Amino acid sequence: MIALKQILAILRKDILLELRSKDIIVSMCVFAFIVVIVFNFTFDPTTQQIKISAPGILWVALLFSGNIGLSRSFAREQENSMMQGVLLCPVDRSLIYIAKVIGNVIFMTIVQLIILPVMVILLDLSIGHVLPQLLVVLFLGTLGFAGIGTLFSTISANTKSREVMLPILLFPVSVPVILSATKSTAYLLSGKDIGQSLSWIKLLVGFDVIFLVICFLLYEYVIEE
Amino acid sequence: MITAQNIRKSFGHAHALKGVNFHIKKGEYVSLLGINGAGKTTLIRIISALTKPTEGNIIVSGVPLKKNPNLIRRLIGVMSHFTFLYGDMSAEENLKFYGNMYNVPDLHDKIDQLLVKVNLNTRRYDLVRTFSRGMQQRLSLARAILHDPHILLLDEPFAGLDVNAEKLLTDLIHDYVSGGMTILLTTHDINYALRHSQRIFVLKEGELVKDDVSGALTRNEIAELLSV
Amino acid sequence: MKNIKLTYLVLIVITYMLVLTGLYLAFIYAPPEKTMGDVQRIFYFHVPSAWVSFIAFFVVCLAGIIFLKTGKEQWDRLAASSAEIGVLFIVIVLITGPLWAKPVWNTYWTWDPRLTTSFVLFLIYAAYLMLRSYVSNKERGARFAAVFGIIGFVDVPIVYMSIRWWRTQHPTPVIGGGSGSGLAPEMLTTLMFCLLAFTFLYITLLVLRYQSEGVVKEFQALKHKLQN
Repeated sequence: MIALKQILAILRKDILLELRSKDIIVSMCVFAFIVVIVFNFTFDPTTQQIKISAPGILWVALLFSGNIGLSRSFAREQENSMMQGVLLCPVDRSLIYIAKVIGNVIFMTIVQLIILPVMVILLDLSIGHVLPQLLVVLFLGTLGFAGIGTLFSTISANTKSREVMLPILLFPVSVPVILSATKSTAYLLSGKDIGQSLSWIKLLVGFDVIFLVICFLLYEYVIEE
Repeated sequence: MITAQNIRKSFGHAHALKGVNFHIKKGEYVSLLGINGAGKTTLIRIISALTKPTEGNIIVSGVPLKKNPNLIRRLIGVMSHFTFLYGDMSAEENLKFYGNMYNVPDLHDKIDQLLVKVNLNTRRYDLVRTFSRGMQQRLSLARAILHDPHILLLDEPFAGLDVNAEKLLTDLIHDYVSGGMTILLTTHDINYALRHSQRIFVLKEGELVKDDVSGALTRNEIAELLSV
Repeated sequence: MKNIKLTYLVLIVITYMLVLTGLYLAFIYAPPEKTMGDVQRIFYFHVPSAWVSFIAFFVVCLAGIIFLKTGKEQWDRLAASSAEIGVLFIVIVLITGPLWAKPVWNTYWTWDPRLTTSFVLFLIYAAYLMLRSYVSNKERGARFAAVFGIIGFVDVPIVYMSIRWWRTQHPTPVIGGGSGSGLAPEMLTTLMFCLLAFTFLYITLLVLRYQSEGVVKEFQALKHKLQN
């Protein structure tokens, strides 16, 4: 019971701070838009090619903006040694991890819900027939990425150049999550091999479980000073 | 109340603490003196269960730290030169957050009572960012004692305060001393330590070189201990 | 001390002999491959390098786990030394692979699971080494490295699996079958011997690197002591 109360307390505090400053969600959204626009310039937006690349563009936009959001969320705790104040409380360190993952997933999901319609319009995609499945895939991919990212952003926030360090740690390790999320999205959007996407979704669930469990177990070693 | 048993903290060839032992009784006001790098911060971090000692153990009210760090965290309140307050949240929101983290019963009444006590009741809905340093430190004291700890650790609490603010904070702390709270203060200010505390520890290169219970030590003797 | 030095010497001599013999076997004893010709000989260095990098990263993970459990600095030093050697050998893998692939497959690179996994592995452990050099708090940095080393190693089979799934969806040019299949007995002997020689080379490098890192740490501690 106390554990739940503590998770909610951290979560409520993070959301409140984000509502006041809005810097995480705004910077993520702007960055995601820029990625989409840049892809429109680098590929020819009028050809069929851009539709084939759409799942890739979507995930690149989400992951790169997610990276920015993750590094912001811990930089905030770093000012004034705020994290120490939380660590002084009688709270299991893994609960902090859970609260932070949930918070990051919420922020990234909000950005996705803004980006997705924009992409559908810009790239002229038809997603109506697979919308529920697509949302599930987006959630699972985000969960895995935020699960690894929360641990790594705690690490990178305590290094000398945190903005550089986070993507260098995060992207190579997240290859399995990135790959399966992109593939399941691609099969869903292609409209042909829905069955194929299901096996990728299963794989994605498996990767999420593995990464979340291992990060959960190791979190206390990186958060403590 | 607090017993330190042979506390060591080292990593490879670097030794921050080389076997610190002490026993502080209930209601004692102890000052911990030492130059930068003597190991004060490390010791405070270990007592407040932020860092694990390499060797040794801390026992607070009969509870060993290594066995149950969360119970120790509940018994200890920490106020430092960092306020641990969120600038974008109001005084009340900050206390509410920490109150929930400590699972404080009757949190609302407790917050009302504390805000009156530290004389910030009129500012309770204002963002902490707009507070002066002195007000922030007073709120930080309220945060530290929100969960009725048995022991209060004060880590350079007066850093960056003007004379008035320091006096206000000192008076508040004294209220708690007379209420029987055990206090461990780290400071650079020898005079302050002599004037207010009953017992003085001098930490040097990771060792407790002096434990002066009687208060017989003079300012110069302490300064000499610190400088050499 | 003398005994230790003697052990090193013996180890170095054995490794030297093994590597020399390995060179002889790879270049002279083993017959040229029927279709690929002499270029196939690079395989006797490529496969053992991959093998060594794999054990090296395994040691990083294992030493990381022990370090997190014990907090002893030696394990961190072992992990760091092993990671450096692992990165060196994975670079050798990434260089020798395309050199062989160009004449045989007529392309330097294909996104085959093993190639891609090696490349991701290189990225992970290059990040590991960067992380080590970017942290100022030594003990905390060691914990970060241990955690990253463990996750990185657990990631290896997962990366391989995901990439294999990814590539088998699109048929790629068939890659030369399993490494043991259809090898002439001389070739197999040579490969096995080279694996042994490279393993010894790894152990020797690890021991020397670990030792020199220890000297560096000791020197830094002495320097620190003198400065104070």
